[in-house]
Amino acid sequence: MEDDDLDKKQSTDLTEETLEHERSELEEAWAPGKGFYGWLTDVDHKSVGLRTVVTAFAFFGLAGLLALVMRLQLAVPENDVLGPDLYNQFFTTHGSAMMFLFAVPVMEGMGIYLVPLMVGTRNVSFPRMNLYGYYVYLIGGVLLFTALVLNIGPDAGWFAYVPLSGPEFGPGKRVDLWSQMVSLTEIAALVGAVNIIVTVLKHRAPGMSLNRIPLFVWSEVVTAFMIVFAMPAVMLSSTLLSMDRLTDVSTHFFNVAEGGDPILWQHLFWFFGHPEVYIIFIPATGFVSQIITTFSRRKTFGYTALVLTMIATGFIGFGVWVHHMFTTPLPQLGQSIFTAASMLIVVPNGVQIFCWLATLWLGRLNIRVPLLFVFGFFAIFVMGGLTGVMLASVPLDLQLHDTFFVVAHFHHVLIGGAVFPLIGAIYYWFPKFTGKMLNEGLGKVNFVLLFVGFFLVFFPMHFLGIDGMPRRVYTYVEETGWGDLNLLATVGAFTMGVGVLVFIVNVLRGLLSGESASNNPWGADTLEWSADSPPRPYNFQNIPVVQGRHSLWELTDDAPVVTGLHTKFRELLCTTIHDASPEHRYAIPGPSIIPFLLSLVTGATFIGFAFTPWSIPLGMGASFIVLFGWFWSNSTEHRPPHLPEKDNPVYDEEGQTE
Amino acid sequence: MKRTKSKLSIVVLACAALASCGGPQNALDSAGVQAGRLESLWWVFFWVCAVVYVIVMAILVIAFLRNRRADEKSAPELLPDPAREQRVSNIVKGAVGISIIVLFTLMVLSFRTGRAVNSLSYAESPIEIRITGNQWWWDVEYRDPVPSMNIRTANELHLPVGRPVKLNLQSTDVIHSFWLPNMHGKIDLIPGYETTFFFRPDEAGTYFGQCAEFCGYQHAKMRFAVTVESQEDYEKWAAAQRQVPPPPVDPLQQRGQQIFLTSVCTQCHAVAGTTANARVGPDLTHIATRHYIAAASMHNVHDHLKTWITDPQRIKPGVRMPMNTYAEEDLNALVTYLENLK
Amino acid sequence: MKRAAVLIAIALLISCEREERGFRVQPPQADRINSKQLTTLQPGESIPQQVVVNEYEQNAFALTEGKRLFSQMNCVGCHANGGGSIGPALMDAKWIYGSQPDQIFATIVEGRPNGMPSFHGKLPDYQIWQLAAYVRSLSGQTPKDAAPGRNDNMQVKEPENSKDREKPNDASLPKSAERPE
Repeated sequence: MEDDDLDKKQSTDLTEETLEHERSELEEAWAPGKGFYGWLTDVDHKSVGLRTVVTAFAFFGLAGLLALVMRLQLAVPENDVLGPDLYNQFFTTHGSAMMFLFAVPVMEGMGIYLVPLMVGTRNVSFPRMNLYGYYVYLIGGVLLFTALVLNIGPDAGWFAYVPLSGPEFGPGKRVDLWSQMVSLTEIAALVGAVNIIVTVLKHRAPGMSLNRIPLFVWSEVVTAFMIVFAMPAVMLSSTLLSMDRLTDVSTHFFNVAEGGDPILWQHLFWFFGHPEVYIIFIPATGFVSQIITTFSRRKTFGYTALVLTMIATGFIGFGVWVHHMFTTPLPQLGQSIFTAASMLIVVPNGVQIFCWLATLWLGRLNIRVPLLFVFGFFAIFVMGGLTGVMLASVPLDLQLHDTFFVVAHFHHVLIGGAVFPLIGAIYYWFPKFTGKMLNEGLGKVNFVLLFVGFFLVFFPMHFLGIDGMPRRVYTYVEETGWGDLNLLATVGAFTMGVGVLVFIVNVLRGLLSGESASNNPWGADTLEWSADSPPRPYNFQNIPVVQGRHSLWELTDDAPVVTGLHTKFRELLCTTIHDASPEHRYAIPGPSIIPFLLSLVTGATFIGFAFTPWSIPLGMGASFIVLFGWFWSNSTEHRPPHLPEKDNPVYDEEGQTE
Repeated sequence: MKRTKSKLSIVVLACAALASCGGPQNALDSAGVQAGRLESLWWVFFWVCAVVYVIVMAILVIAFLRNRRADEKSAPELLPDPAREQRVSNIVKGAVGISIIVLFTLMVLSFRTGRAVNSLSYAESPIEIRITGNQWWWDVEYRDPVPSMNIRTANELHLPVGRPVKLNLQSTDVIHSFWLPNMHGKIDLIPGYETTFFFRPDEAGTYFGQCAEFCGYQHAKMRFAVTVESQEDYEKWAAAQRQVPPPPVDPLQQRGQQIFLTSVCTQCHAVAGTTANARVGPDLTHIATRHYIAAASMHNVHDHLKTWITDPQRIKPGVRMPMNTYAEEDLNALVTYLENLK
Repeated sequence: MKRAAVLIAIALLISCEREERGFRVQPPQADRINSKQLTTLQPGESIPQQVVVNEYEQNAFALTEGKRLFSQMNCVGCHANGGGSIGPALMDAKWIYGSQPDQIFATIVEGRPNGMPSFHGKLPDYQIWQLAAYVRSLSGQTPKDAAPGRNDNMQVKEPENSKDREKPNDASLPKSAERPE
């Protein structure tokens, strides 16, 4: 249903006066509240996204500190820095924090920030749900680390295999609190994913048909779909585990003697666990695509192939989980199928690598810090992917499973494949986030320290694994001869630590006294670079009409823009899924305290569930009451009270103007 | 930076070479037929992956070094030369095709190796051993059709060269994993499942294995020692293990036995030929023949035995064995008794 | 909701006790108290009755250790899993030799007529305190969040952390030997 006001107008119709008037109205309608309360209620996707990224990096730092202490413990044989109980809590918290509290949230946070800007809209589809997701994530993360400090840190591994995490062998409330942290962070991930999917499908700027969507946005959409299908599996398994352990519930899902099965836990967990790592990796491939395109100064080679490979990886990623279980007594034929699938998934990854190499080969390179991190990505991730091919083979995995070889492998693919692109992406988008540039020289030092440090830590671990060192060991006897390589790894770990410090220093320095950035300091091609640095709360004064895949590079001087969206209150443009032609308007809510309140109720419900099953019905009741407030305001939000009736369009039930 | 990286990599490789070329707990120093097959498969994969990595890195480094430079103001290339694009596109397609073929080949090799290593399950007259994983020690029982020929020991295996071994694996508590790298891959011991696992040691020597699935506080030190020896040596050992140790004649040892039988020890341990018959902890009947104690994490010498008995929690915090207090002479007598349980 | 939050906060804060894994700790203070007083009658002023508290009852690890020992030291052979067979039931309200922690400790260490063996010198003191704490949990005397959950075996009774608290009634002790609750 076309709305007359949204016809494309000629640029000559937009006078300076009209533009100025619209700008001031937009500023007022989209302004967040003031002070701390304003910050608490701010539903601007940029604010939520940035908070998520900063919080994720805080957890990254904490988890990294845990890793440094672990490396100190393992530096020499029979060390006594940490006893077994503390070491178990440390490595469990390190793994859980990195996977649940850093890797997925940071990728989602970058998506929440960048996706609306890249698709050319003003906010995500469900701003309050976005903010709610952040608070729930924050509560889950604080829960985990508070538990660690209070000696209730989980100690059964981030994967919490039963029966070790079960009621008989995991006394106390440690694993219960871990389960609740999982539930909370997965709720946050799910709401973020829903927001990204709907925003990308329904709110793209006109002209941005499916085959013109930037590669990073594609990566976030694929990831969001994976989150929707994978997260429920781990929430289910952690809830079943909680029920097995809980007073007055005491189910037997994982109790063999009463019909349960410990292998059920492994299936449920890894059905989530494997897609989880692709959820972490695929957005990073989005970063790599964007950075390579910008710094090769040419259109991306193989755009369609890159999109299809991300989708293929998303699908195949759900079919490889048993490769974490090759040493269990599952039938050989079944395991072989997963070998085949695990090798198959290398093919789309290979296509991506080749397309990127082609872009680099054919382009003219602007070698800046983001591109250095992409170089690091290749050097490290490709090695990790190749050790992954080794691990995909059942016979080889029988030797390598649960050894430091696997630790080396996944740190290569996760740090090389996700963290390096992420740091590169921060260097790349920092000017957009803050309006300041990060220092190039410090950036190069940052890169070298991280790169060299990484190899010192994780490359020797391949040899340790082959030499018989299993994972999750708090120490080892002198006779094994593992001391030298472990010491080398510890030295590397501290080198990486210094690298992370340099990064933090660079960021702080940039914030305080960095060089001012223009709107598009890198000469990049995607839409977010046409907004201010940092963008205004409403992102674009006029939503652009997209003319090609590399929007800013293909923008002509007489490019049309969208006019006619209301500026007196918050409104987004809805477009069709396939070719993004304008469809209708969609008003979205402004600042609200309800997401914060609901997150407190959700947090209390789940934390209480670790102690008593009554928390669920009570929590649901409290949520119901708070949700009243959430949904009540819908009918009035289209009529901001301070506007006189005649300026207010009146919407009927279908959202049509009367 | 690149020069530093290459120097570093040489250092790292040297260290690695020293550490992983061989050893008694090393997956690439095969002493058994299956580990041998796995080692061959490993080298195939290793060289394929190494070549791929070198090629990819070479392309990357050359692209970085040889390309003309640009900066953020350079006009981006939106309409590149179609012929060049087509050429590169063909190369990419070719590379993908080669990757698929290589991966397929590796997969087939993997399947063949998998079938080969499992083919030992058809072996005739293997030595049958039941291994029960506990937190945090291995209960080992050699099973014979004649029950009186059974041998019970803990945390160690003695095996004759060249004879297939059939392990029946089970767990009493949590998931453990039996891993003897020089012989074969690992197999999980899952409560409620009884698994069968075959291997065949082909070279004499002493090898070590370790639990490879996180099982709690002392997962790190849940080791075991395997001695592979000639058939005659093995028979001698087995025969000695089946003997009941004679009662001690030396007064110090008699006192030690009395302390053993009347104090805490018999609540968990068994010694054949005495009234000590508990199955909670490792069987101590022939403890003096073992080279290691405490799940193969310490040498079996007088001082270690004394420390282990009085303060195991300092050596292995969280282990099931409690701390005990004995007078000095009593402890000495006890340890002397144990040292003579051959 | 605020009260629940406060309760949960308190639960989390005092969890330090519940979550301690004491591998090399001293046994509870309780063992220093002389528990061999069978009557309150004393010459002159009586020593004030000391209520003995077994800290292990708050500790989840100690209770699980007690449960493990209960099975491994074959307490189940006579007491079954608390229901009793040739030995008395331990999950009910009837306590022949007293339900207080030190009384249970004494019962295990000293042995009792009609078949309860004496574990004197057979188990270190701290393990007997762990057993005593577990025995108390069988009749629900320990906090629910510390008591063991269901075990990974065939279920023969409800788990200790679901057991409602029994009110102990010390059946065969004379009134003069009664202890404060």
